[in-house]
Amino acid sequence: MGLLSDPNRRRALTNLLTRLNTPLCIVCYLAGVAWFMGLAFEPFTLRTYMSENAMGSTMVEERFLAGERALVTAREFAAQKKKMGGMPVDWLVKAMQARGLEVFTQSFSRTLPFPDENKERYMVHGTNVYGILRAPRAPRTEALVLSAPCTPGSSNNQAVGLLLGLAQYFRGQMYWAKDIIFLVNEHDLIGMQAWLEGYHHTNTTGMSWTPLEGRGGSIQAALSLELSSDIITSLDLVLEGLNGQLPNLDLANLFYAFCQKIGVLCTIQGKLQRNDWDSAAGYSQAVQTMLLMVLKQASGRPWGDHGLFLRYHIEAASIRGINSFRQYKTDLTTVGKLLEGMFRKLNNLLERLHQSYFFYLLPSLSRFVSIGYYMPAFGLLAAILLLLVGMREPFGPGVLSVLTPLIISHLTGVALYTLPIMAQQTAVEHFPVSETEAVVLTAIAIYTAGLALPHNTHRVLSGEGTEEGWRVLKLIAIFYMAVLLGCTALINFSLGFILALTLVPVAAFITPHVPRVLSALVMVLLSPGSTLLFSIFVYQELQEAPITLLEGWNLFLSVISQGILDHNLYGSLVYPLISLLVYPCWLLLWNILFWK
Amino acid sequence: MTAGRCTAALLAAVLVCGLTCASTAAAEEAITEEYESISNANEHVQAQDDYARSQKRREITEHDDDQNEPPPSSSSSSSSSSSSSSSPPSKDYFKEELVIRPLSSGDIYASFQFQTRWDTDFFAPGKKVSHYRLFPKSLGQLMSKFSVREMHVSFTQGYWRTMQWGQPFLPAPPGAELWVWFQDSVADVDGAWKELTNVLSGIFCASLNFIDSTNTVEPTASFKPLGVGNVTHQRFLRYAVLPREIVCTENLTPWKKLLPCGSKAGLAVLMKSEKLFHSSFLSLAVHIRPVCQDWGCKGTAWELRQTVNVVFDLHTTGQGKREWSFFKMFSRTLTEACPLATSSKVYIDVTDNPQGELFELNPAAPSLTQAVVLGDRRTYAVYDLMASGTFGLLRSLNVLLRWKTPGSVDMLRPLLHGERYVAGYGLQTGEIHTLIYNNHPYRAFPVLLLDIVPWYLRLYIHTLTVTSKSRENKPSYIHYQPSKDRLRPHLLEMLIQLPPNSVTEVTVQFERALLKWTEYTPDPNHGFYVGSSVISALVPSVVAMDTSYTLEHPLFSTFFPCKEESSYFVRVYTEPLLVNLPTPDFSMPYNVICLTCTVVAVGYGSLYNLLTRTFQVEEPSPGVVKRLANMIRYLRGVPLL
Repeated sequence: MGLLSDPNRRRALTNLLTRLNTPLCIVCYLAGVAWFMGLAFEPFTLRTYMSENAMGSTMVEERFLAGERALVTAREFAAQKKKMGGMPVDWLVKAMQARGLEVFTQSFSRTLPFPDENKERYMVHGTNVYGILRAPRAPRTEALVLSAPCTPGSSNNQAVGLLLGLAQYFRGQMYWAKDIIFLVNEHDLIGMQAWLEGYHHTNTTGMSWTPLEGRGGSIQAALSLELSSDIITSLDLVLEGLNGQLPNLDLANLFYAFCQKIGVLCTIQGKLQRNDWDSAAGYSQAVQTMLLMVLKQASGRPWGDHGLFLRYHIEAASIRGINSFRQYKTDLTTVGKLLEGMFRKLNNLLERLHQSYFFYLLPSLSRFVSIGYYMPAFGLLAAILLLLVGMREPFGPGVLSVLTPLIISHLTGVALYTLPIMAQQTAVEHFPVSETEAVVLTAIAIYTAGLALPHNTHRVLSGEGTEEGWRVLKLIAIFYMAVLLGCTALINFSLGFILALTLVPVAAFITPHVPRVLSALVMVLLSPGSTLLFSIFVYQELQEAPITLLEGWNLFLSVISQGILDHNLYGSLVYPLISLLVYPCWLLLWNILFWK
Repeated sequence: MTAGRCTAALLAAVLVCGLTCASTAAAEEAITEEYESISNANEHVQAQDDYARSQKRREITEHDDDQNEPPPSSSSSSSSSSSSSSSPPSKDYFKEELVIRPLSSGDIYASFQFQTRWDTDFFAPGKKVSHYRLFPKSLGQLMSKFSVREMHVSFTQGYWRTMQWGQPFLPAPPGAELWVWFQDSVADVDGAWKELTNVLSGIFCASLNFIDSTNTVEPTASFKPLGVGNVTHQRFLRYAVLPREIVCTENLTPWKKLLPCGSKAGLAVLMKSEKLFHSSFLSLAVHIRPVCQDWGCKGTAWELRQTVNVVFDLHTTGQGKREWSFFKMFSRTLTEACPLATSSKVYIDVTDNPQGELFELNPAAPSLTQAVVLGDRRTYAVYDLMASGTFGLLRSLNVLLRWKTPGSVDMLRPLLHGERYVAGYGLQTGEIHTLIYNNHPYRAFPVLLLDIVPWYLRLYIHTLTVTSKSRENKPSYIHYQPSKDRLRPHLLEMLIQLPPNSVTEVTVQFERALLKWTEYTPDPNHGFYVGSSVISALVPSVVAMDTSYTLEHPLFSTFFPCKEESSYFVRVYTEPLLVNLPTPDFSMPYNVICLTCTVVAVGYGSLYNLLTRTFQVEEPSPGVVKRLANMIRYLRGVPLL
């Protein structure tokens, strides 16, 4: 602080910062990226460990043996499902009752804002069936949930079979201290949303459902099961939930511990952990796993049925059975044992899972990066914005001239947020497109129109644009961006980091005096929309399913429609965030480029 | 309050390993039984030796075949010779019974009741009761010291599942419940209550000492005296529930010690803790109340009723076989009645099984009896343990019931039941929903709803709504006592008319308070409990609904639906709630302290320094020559350099 209280030295520091501003910005940017890439390097990460004492050891003797019977049940369920052409509600009710559960149903209906072409649904009617196994010693104050979605087609039958098998086995045990709810939800996430809203008697998304008749108190943890084959080779753990929320790391630790104990191959993001961290291949595997997690988290959508539980402060994860061409096969009994072990451990919980981290990245299941380690990567990028602010000289009047660009870019943002759904009917009438296409194309059209519309709007009020004018505008834009990205990164690090990665360079170099065409091209390439497009290609590349440009474009369109749907159906905040805040902020910078 | 503390310590242990409880219970049992025998001997030493007891029993059985009537007072003079008082010694009787009801879900409900009646008055002026025989001295002294008129205490593990099991004989909320009516002579009711809870905490080895003003209320209407007496002002009533209380053997052992025969003889031998606690529901209770000595009610007698209600889950313990016997349920058989008892009977509910098509009993019941229980006419098979023939050749009674049909899975539709849950998400606000079901097809009836909500949930009472059949249902009586922070809970009592065949929903919103950091429990992330709400009602009787009832009776007696049995009293407890409050991260105090100190020391300190200090550019100090020149110029009176 002596440095700052001495005016001479303070001046020297300011001079240094001003003189070395550009190199410092570049160094910060590179350091930020390097730090981020270094997070996946194993010596820099921490080994996961179980923080919760109540789940401390895996000393549970698993006795579940009814895997074969579960398969028989699964086949029966498949036959019933085929016969009914949907969820066999009556059969499920009977099956759960026969296993000694208290069974209830909930029906729900929801009309989507526009048809979902990926899943081919528009008007959704469905029924959830759930059975409660009452804990003998507890007065209905706490519960655990095991859910399996009832999906159309032939997938996920084994999950329902195993769920019923576990229900039967669990019913015969005396040690339960929490009620266990076995839930079969129809229409995957929509059904889950209806059930959760019904359970907590809230209505956040305008869905209609019948009230639940049986409850088990406050839900402590939930697991969602997805199995589509009789034999699996590995189990994949899915953690990313709505708005990039993650369950407590102890839940992942629990899964990993039991996989180790029982000897099941376990993966995260579909990537098996490698032992050779010091080789290039090992490092690349870790980076890929982490990048996949970052991309999934940044998307803000629930990547499994568990994703919606997180809003209610319920720790939840999805366990997905993978059947690939590996040698090592695992049968349903083993999966059942794994779940039995996990449930017995969760049953031991005295408090909600809270001991371990809620903010983390996983380069592999046994290694994690906590918030203290990954935040500096973002901090280095955000530091550039601070450096840029420091460089600005004091300015005179001209604040008024920036008001119009601010208002107009935000109005464009509001249009981008509201118009696509409002105008779908009109679009369908006038153009030969389906509703979904209409929504997506309207969104893209507004987005593009925004590029043409607002530049030079400052002239409306103050006539000629001044030198001070754009400096004020840039200062405001940089402040805006710093606050926006900072808040986003606190809530959803991945989204904040990806946005910072593309928006910060734009904010750094943009002035009205740079070569206009080239800069415009760069700016468009670094705009939020293009970021989404790149992310899709990177994601597909990481998934080892590369796509052509055309496929990429189609995927881009469907991702936009999914984003809008996620917002309307489950309350995901990414779409409003981008359209109402990030895009207008970027438009301000665009405005500077075309300042006259 | 070591008892409370030991419970608190055990509480954690029990939660961690519910299973080990049974094994430690066995060990504890062995120790306590030894201790029990000593203490029993002490307690009854002034009464009689064993020989005298059996003498007494013989006498009573001779005189007292009809158990409803107390025996004539002359019969006691010989046996109570040890009593030296000049007034005629007061009479006491002991009755024990066990009712077993096979539930439609396939579970077994066993209800033990032990009644000790003593024709004496603790509060007669100028008379001090010091001679105890059957009535436990510890409770008697308690009654007289604190001038207790009526006391009801229960300890319950699990939740009574009305939808599967129907109504219990004696309802009880999960955890511990205590309500006491004091005599109207008590001036300082709160002080007496405080002391009483502490004493009871010691007697039952329970955490009743955690009852304080923050969880005690004075309900105006829901809890009226059950015994004789005419003081009904709620000033003398105190009611408290501890929903978190865990029930274990440490509560059962002192409970058994209050019985005249302990767990040595009679029905109490069946109460082995490793079996009782291996169940779906267990409720221990002690009720003391004044009753009339005779029909004319010339004097009051004191009745102590000890009850155990237990539901065994045959599904988990029976390995899929649907049959049970005394031995299977209790790992004991009955060999004798308690020698001090005037009546000792086992009832088995066979109402659903008139022709023996559902299950069969072995040995067959010697006699059948009928009674109207909870508005329903039930038939019971009776085994009288005082009759020598009951025990048969093996000299032991092991009733075996074998089901012939698989259990049904359908839910019952009890006429009245309630449920409760917390709606909403997030840690700021929430909403308590209470649902009350009236499943009677055509009769509306009023219910009293009692809600006690701790102060740290701040009720927004203006959001209180009562709706039935999606229309507003205006309660005819509302008593609301707002909470005071850290002093007393919210008390809400309402009289609501339930329309026939309807669900009435009572909702009220609340805000979660941020506690002071010392007020959090050691496990704050577990959540905070809100006790069960209590629904009390006079429910129209099933017997009154039964039209075939008229067939068996003379026509002239049945035009108006049956009179005295037309409705019956039911108390329904809803489930307790577990509510999460905003909780600081206690797991990182070190990090928090470090961070806070750093922020304060470095950030705030230096920033404050920068903001408040004024900076001036300091001239470099002038050389010696210049200073000398300045001095000369100063002396000359010309401006300095």
